[in-house]
Amino acid sequence: MRIIACIKQVPDTAEVRIDRETNTLIREGVPSIINPFDLNAVEEGLLLKERFGGTVTVISMGPPQVETALREVLSLGVDQAVLLCDRAFAGADTLATSYTLAAGIKKIGSFDLIICGKQAIDGDTAQVGPEIAEWLDIPHLTYVRNIDEVFPAEPAGASITVSRLVEGGYLQASATLPALLTVLREVNEPRLPSYRASLRARTQGITIWGVADLSADPEHIGIAGSPTRVSRVFVPEYDRQGQCFAGSPEDQAKALIATLRSAGLA
Amino acid sequence: MPSMKLFPDKCGGCEECVSSCPYDAVTMRDGRPVFGDACNLCGACAEACPSGAIERPAATASPAVDKTSYRGIWVFAEIRDGRLARVVLELLGEGRKLADQTGQNLCAALLGNDLGTLPEELAAYGADRVFLAEHSALAVFRDEPYAAVLAAAVNQYRPSILLFGATATGRSLAPRLAARLRTGLTADCTGLDIDRGSGDLLQTRPAFGGNILATIITPNHRPQMASVRPGVFKPLQRDDHPGARFSGRGEVVRLNISDDLLTARTKVSGFTAEETETVNLEDASVIVAGGRGLGSAGNFALVEELAGLLGGAVGASRAVVDEGWISYAHQIGQTGKTVAPRLYIACGISGAVQHLAGMQGAEIIVAINKNPEAPVFKAATFGLVGDVVQILKELIGQLKTG
Repeated sequence: MRIIACIKQVPDTAEVRIDRETNTLIREGVPSIINPFDLNAVEEGLLLKERFGGTVTVISMGPPQVETALREVLSLGVDQAVLLCDRAFAGADTLATSYTLAAGIKKIGSFDLIICGKQAIDGDTAQVGPEIAEWLDIPHLTYVRNIDEVFPAEPAGASITVSRLVEGGYLQASATLPALLTVLREVNEPRLPSYRASLRARTQGITIWGVADLSADPEHIGIAGSPTRVSRVFVPEYDRQGQCFAGSPEDQAKALIATLRSAGLA
Repeated sequence: MPSMKLFPDKCGGCEECVSSCPYDAVTMRDGRPVFGDACNLCGACAEACPSGAIERPAATASPAVDKTSYRGIWVFAEIRDGRLARVVLELLGEGRKLADQTGQNLCAALLGNDLGTLPEELAAYGADRVFLAEHSALAVFRDEPYAAVLAAAVNQYRPSILLFGATATGRSLAPRLAARLRTGLTADCTGLDIDRGSGDLLQTRPAFGGNILATIITPNHRPQMASVRPGVFKPLQRDDHPGARFSGRGEVVRLNISDDLLTARTKVSGFTAEETETVNLEDASVIVAGGRGLGSAGNFALVEELAGLLGGAVGASRAVVDEGWISYAHQIGQTGKTVAPRLYIACGISGAVQHLAGMQGAEIIVAINKNPEAPVFKAATFGLVGDVVQILKELIGQLKTG
């Protein structure tokens, strides 16, 4: 199977703090990590490769520092890493990002399956995966918690069956291949780098493509290709009329219960 | 290549821009900021600069479409178990406000089979018009036929705004459709408004794991697509009496569905309900939630007991779910559920922005925490500073005897 996994390098948003004086993000000391859901995507690709043979190629769009993230996945045993890097790609929203990644995937060549993480923890949109599928005109299935079966070659055509998380439970769904999946954390437990793969990764070449290397319409990349734009960014401020109940726990409880009772809540 | 614009005369060299950048893209050179390759033009530095020395580049793209020819606010009418998903009613409630504000029609796009009285329901909750596609191939949601039918309808009727619930279906369908229409989509909006100058839709949503809020616009493309989390907006009162507010509303328009729109390369073969008890946090009017400040899984039982006495549901912060004190179904916050109950009691929860993003829509928020500096108190209507376990025991004891 020829598998492509998409990854994104993101700031570790769980570690981001707010400076209460200025109401801005404190970015110092926040490490860059591979988006956690994307590690599950890569792992699922490696598991399928172990089962069916084939190759796993990882692709990412970003600035030059993303190379460190790609080296990290190479040390997990990925066969090829591709970085789409060009100032012309910067400022992209999800539509332009998915278009660029789709162009990169077209250049990589034919594939059976693309695996993405459910969402990136900085943007939190969960849009790029389905949009890539649309650009490539392949079916997609989101929120995959398990790949139940893969039929790599069938008389009727290759297909994949998965469990998808929906409200209240799980759906069993299938798609013809080639297809794109977005996966949840529960799909697998990502492996740690292996010593042998780490050694190899140190000297393995990372393919870097810029705008000149891709057949990409300049109207669809970067800022020009982004229909959405940020109008403003701000830290949420909460200014409720906070009333404190003082005293012993007994007094505080009494005061709260009285307040709740008068509101008909207790 | 557009980049952030610096007005050096206004720059005081305070370096607020450097620490505000979520992408680590700003460095100082000779006392002035330089915007590096990692800059994504998000504008956080411009917002943070105390002297207004930084500006985002102006939009250089000319309008891709004639915006005035796009009219109408559409809501995708997601169906679940044969009924309208609750978020659809909430979207109609907010959509009604936007429609009245801009003098446009509020419409619902309803796809499925055997739709029965659903069109009347949509009208009763505010829709002026219902666009209907009824076909056996649409009986079960699948991305491709739904996207194809909606794209054809959008191209024919040209709505200005198209809203989806940010549900499993919405988060799969909306991006596929947005890419097909080559238009902008903003996910998980917590606020919608109309810009008085441009008439564009202002779409506000949390970003960076809920640490910040961003207002997004789609200035040059149509329709403006947005998804909204369940529980963020409120439905209107259901009212379908003739002569009442919605009289004359609910005109049904049947969409043309040619066979080529109905092809699909996916199939749905079954549904398995979750084994664990359904935790209905979104509908609860009282929620008692526990955080790490409780100290132990044993103490978490006090939260459950208090919830029981108040007739409420049990919520949890991400920290205690990660600790395994309670299942993920109870998690409230950025990566959990968004709730807006009448009463939310946060016990031993510090109030990290990621958690507040999921519950700050509650009517009354009570915070119980031993740390008077905990951010949760800024978001609380009532605060109790003290030992959480002691206070909970007192509340439980007094409610039982009271």
